[in-house]
Amino acid sequence: MNRKLISVLVAGALATAGATAFAQSKGKLSGDAVKIGVLTDMSGLYSDLGGQGSIIAAQMAIEDFGGKIFGKPITLVSADHQNKPEVGSTRVREWIDRDGVDMITDILNSGVGLAVAKVAGEKHRVAINVGAASTRLTNEDCNPYSIHYAYDTYSLANGTGKAIVKQGGDTWFFLTADYAFGHSLENDTSNVVKANGGKVLGAVRHPLNASDFSSFLLQAQASKAKIVGLANAGGDTINSIKAANEFGITKNQSLAGLLVFISDVHSLGLNTAQGMLLTTGFYWDLDEQTRKFGKRFFDRHKKMPTMIHAGVYSATTNYLKAVQAAGTDDPDAVIAELRKMKLDDFMMRHAQLRPDNVVAHDMYLAQVKKPSDSKYPWDYYTIKATIPAAEAFQPLATVNCSMLKK
Amino acid sequence: MTEIFGIPLQAFLSQILIGLVNGSFYAMLSLGLAVIFGLLNIVNFAHGTFYMMGAFGAWMLLTYAGLNYWWSLLLAPLAVGVAGILIERTMLRWLYSLDHLYGLLLTFGLALVIEGLYRQAYGVSGQPIDPPALLKGATNLGFMFLPNYRAWVVAASLVVCFATWYVIEKTRLGAYLRAGTENPGLTQAFGVNVPRMITLTYGFGVALAGLAGVLASGVIQVNPLMGSNIIITVFAVVVIGGMGSILGSILTGLGLGVIEGLTRVFYPEASAVVVFVIMALVLLVRPAGLFGKEK
Repeated sequence: MNRKLISVLVAGALATAGATAFAQSKGKLSGDAVKIGVLTDMSGLYSDLGGQGSIIAAQMAIEDFGGKIFGKPITLVSADHQNKPEVGSTRVREWIDRDGVDMITDILNSGVGLAVAKVAGEKHRVAINVGAASTRLTNEDCNPYSIHYAYDTYSLANGTGKAIVKQGGDTWFFLTADYAFGHSLENDTSNVVKANGGKVLGAVRHPLNASDFSSFLLQAQASKAKIVGLANAGGDTINSIKAANEFGITKNQSLAGLLVFISDVHSLGLNTAQGMLLTTGFYWDLDEQTRKFGKRFFDRHKKMPTMIHAGVYSATTNYLKAVQAAGTDDPDAVIAELRKMKLDDFMMRHAQLRPDNVVAHDMYLAQVKKPSDSKYPWDYYTIKATIPAAEAFQPLATVNCSMLKK
Repeated sequence: MTEIFGIPLQAFLSQILIGLVNGSFYAMLSLGLAVIFGLLNIVNFAHGTFYMMGAFGAWMLLTYAGLNYWWSLLLAPLAVGVAGILIERTMLRWLYSLDHLYGLLLTFGLALVIEGLYRQAYGVSGQPIDPPALLKGATNLGFMFLPNYRAWVVAASLVVCFATWYVIEKTRLGAYLRAGTENPGLTQAFGVNVPRMITLTYGFGVALAGLAGVLASGVIQVNPLMGSNIIITVFAVVVIGGMGSILGSILTGLGLGVIEGLTRVFYPEASAVVVFVIMALVLLVRPAGLFGKEK
């Protein structure tokens, strides 16, 4: 081989290496932008849990990140899934195929969540589910591209269920929303109750968005269970609690709200909600960091953030950090980066993306304050215990997900 | 203990009573719809919205004006009635000569717009109203604990419904109304101001919905979505009872409330659809509804 040829080859190799290095500092982005899609309930019974607040949270995350990545814009799109799985999955397909959306988040409502997770798996696009609760997302229906953030039915059941059984509430009757989420929550809580020595006396399944809960509550009353577990959410939980108070059910039985958001407590008022135990992944008044976010969010939304709002902010920020670190928005590279990364922030403590795509982090057992103990607006919870990340979520050994090799 | 279909008699009785409470709301709402359809030939899809406005009216009067429940019971339906009259005067009256479908579409659109405005302003979690002190607490009936407020709802709605029925079927004013329905041209020729009567009837019909809303405010959270949650069921009630039949809508409303309540015990999963199953069956057997007349 003559010298000339060698020098050409060396020069070529250097040039290639240089070009690669140059590309990495710039980063490779599909469609020359990072697009975040917030899919949520904009108008239905869950729209105060996510809705406009989720869009604001994602917006804040993008602004705080600087609005640009590798000199290219970060854009936000949003859509209303109307709590219909087919509407949600159709919109997500459009987002991926036509608009080049890179990451989809919020996705509250487990029915919609499961449908969107399937599309994400099929199209190899990142979906970070913050709003839906069903553990099916990371069990039977798990896939490498769908991540479950903030909370799930297991962590709710584990926190609230265990605490109540320990306090002597050992017989349960469930009022369950009749779809994926309610069933998942009832099932997970039943397991926790039984594992801790309690008994489940029965359950009644009510349609989503039921107009009246008194019939169902009378059945709960007739069961003579000490605890009436509310395996529902949003407006359904609010109206269940209201009717339970009215029918004097709370005199002899206690209510356990298995998924109660701060917006529900705000709507019910402390008079009605006081004393209730609940599990949450976020409370704005936990410490200095959460208060800082809470107040910034309040200035824009006029309401304190729910666990979903905080989760959307946190998920969007962590996703953008992962894109930055990976130097690309390629879904596989970003998820690999998320697995390595430290995810801790104002909301998530001891957070880690597990092999089953659950983001485990510390959860909190809270009790709703008495009206007399509430000193300022939105001063609603007393944090009774911190449930460490390792205990709060489903043990990996019991997870039934095809990604875990057994 | 005595059992009926496998559930204790006590539970059975209490579920019937609960069904009657829900039926009272259906009856009041479907009555208003029937009156409006009977005279105006308008399928008033905005009815649920007026119900929601009534409930919000009670909440606003309490929150902003400090007026108590009893004032709301009077003022909120009046305000809703006036809103209805404005809508009738400015929009609906242009549609009387057209097909039913146009009225339906207009009122449906209005319902979406008004609901959207309330949702924008108040969110969907809703606002709580406590029942007035006089109606707080519950009475032990032996077989159940009946909240006094619910008993009041049943009583109030029965009185209002049957008073309406009496006025329309048994009085001179009602006779004018019925004549206006049958043959507006001829009635006008006899010196009855039919257009004004139509306007007032629409106002009255939606005021009934507003009143139902005020009554509901003590039972459920006052919420912009409460109207659209209930209106579809109420339409099914009207179809089962027979469009435009006054007594039919009252009786069907109460009856279906009870049937729905019992479904919640025997097969709760079906409680949201049972009314529609009945509607389908009734339409197959009696297309004009149980109390309707074939035209």
